[in-house]
Amino acid sequence: MTTTTTTPAAPPQPIPAAPLSRVRWMISDSWTITRRYLIHWVREPSYVVWGLMYPMVSVLLFGYVFGSAMAVPGGGDYREFLLPGLFGMTMMFGIGNTMMGVTADADKGITDRFRAMPMARSGVVVGRSAADMINSVMDLVILIVCGLIVGWRAHGTIGETLAAVGLLLLLRFAFIWVGIYLGLLAKNAEQAGNFYALLFPLTMISNAFVAPEMMPGWLGAVAAWNPLSSTVAATRELFGNPGLGGDSWIAQNAMPMAVVWPVVIVAVFAPLAARRYRRARR
Amino acid sequence: MAPNGTAIVAEGLRKEYKQTRALEGFDLTVPEGSICGLLGPNGAGKTTAVRILSTLLEFDGGQAEVAGFDVVRQAAQVRYRIGVTGQSAAVDEILTGRQNLEMFGRLYHLGAAEARRRADALLERFGLADTGGKSVKHYSGGMRRRLDLAASLIMAPQVLFLDEPTTGLDPRGRIEVWEAIRSLVAGGTTVLLTTQYLEEADRLADRIVVLDRGRMIAEGSPERLKSTIGGDQLDLVVADAAELAEAARIIARVCGAEPGTRPDTREITAPVRHRVATLTEAVRALDEAGIAVEDIALRRPTLDEVFLRLTGHRAEAADHRGDHRGDHRTEKETAV
Repeated sequence: MTTTTTTPAAPPQPIPAAPLSRVRWMISDSWTITRRYLIHWVREPSYVVWGLMYPMVSVLLFGYVFGSAMAVPGGGDYREFLLPGLFGMTMMFGIGNTMMGVTADADKGITDRFRAMPMARSGVVVGRSAADMINSVMDLVILIVCGLIVGWRAHGTIGETLAAVGLLLLLRFAFIWVGIYLGLLAKNAEQAGNFYALLFPLTMISNAFVAPEMMPGWLGAVAAWNPLSSTVAATRELFGNPGLGGDSWIAQNAMPMAVVWPVVIVAVFAPLAARRYRRARR
Repeated sequence: MAPNGTAIVAEGLRKEYKQTRALEGFDLTVPEGSICGLLGPNGAGKTTAVRILSTLLEFDGGQAEVAGFDVVRQAAQVRYRIGVTGQSAAVDEILTGRQNLEMFGRLYHLGAAEARRRADALLERFGLADTGGKSVKHYSGGMRRRLDLAASLIMAPQVLFLDEPTTGLDPRGRIEVWEAIRSLVAGGTTVLLTTQYLEEADRLADRIVVLDRGRMIAEGSPERLKSTIGGDQLDLVVADAAELAEAARIIARVCGAEPGTRPDTREITAPVRHRVATLTEAVRALDEAGIAVEDIALRRPTLDEVFLRLTGHRAEAADHRGDHRGDHRTEKETAV
């Protein structure tokens, strides 16, 4: 160790006042954060591999183990019915990644280090969500390939298929903000794990695996109004997969609701997450 | 509000949590280029003070300036001029040491080449050049803290906040971090250090501010704190444990104060007013009573004792006590 100052004090950067330079800052800071996660994947490919195993295993589990015992309302192949549900579920479960990562950073003081730096306030969360979106696209691609192998097909036009993929990613995007908020709310990894455990029943009470009409009345209503149900129903329609139906208003309006739900979720949770981030935890 | 040459000024800081008042009118002035040690037990408000001054925490009253900028209204300006090292090593575990420093450099809006240059210089400076390409998860505790410290120094900050920088480190790691901190101040950085380790404050700080229950209860140089509040101590060890009580009675008479005794080590400790005169008289009285003395010495009180006297309760957790006891001995040897 030497006593000489090896890094002479740089003239402090002017704090940009112009909106354009603020945006440039935000983009540059977000990219730095996104890169952090990309480096994670390169250095620890096992994380990515394990993450991708999950959707593959669920195709086998639900498609073959449970699939033989389930009936599709209105008839049709169960795996054709199932895959859009699995797509949607995987998007919802992505919240776990987001939440655990956010909680770990806050717990270790990394979040505080970021907060004590002159970086764009939104940089951390935007960078995180960009990385999560890249991860989700990979998840979805693997899942679609698995689906094609077990006999699922998208019967719609290319445009409809892309629209369905877009709706799935939109749902994932919305839940990133829920994940960031809950991740900041959790005091430690255990508590984040508890939040995550609650998510499993929340995804099951939907139309992903079983039609809500086949559930007891009240539960069916809850399942029908689950945001996941709207996305899954809309993607089934766009993919041309079986299992459409239901007379309720929510089932009839799956397509618009698949957009409305995520927008509402973002509108509620993004400001909550931003506020929580600005304020201290301790 | 801040006069020239002042790095940190806090006036009447107040912060309340739901149930507790963390700070109740906390004032602090730290001159440029000095190390100020904030000393106090858990819950005294040390971390709250540091978090407010490093722009991390909103507060309920008072005002503060760091490096000449208001921590609320000019937070971004403050953030360019400070470094913060918290209670745990706030670095990414998966990234390498170099990648961590580069990432933080980019977040200070340095160009890629400049961020890399500074990362390399800091790795070199903190003895991490060889391990800069390894994942942080393979680092030892001391290495992580040094990396954490390096990350706080990317912009060569005017003011560095160190919140319990050696908590949880083994003695070797602690010494590594202390050396790093000393070399910084040689470069002109102002340091605000919080610690529960009295030894740490004693060794590093130019000036110590003692906090208890959200208020400053004393301040001064470690030496001044010890001499104005503590007074000197007489330490002696009797050869035969059976004579401990008798010796304690004699010391009580000579010193005019009730001494502390420790049967396990046959030690007696008492405050003295007239250093040499009291020592001479104690030796004579013990000799007359025929009590054999193994060791006798005058010494300045440790900060431990100062703290105990100031607050009426102990500063340290039980698991730290071993270190300080070891330290007493070294101090005693040098004091005679």
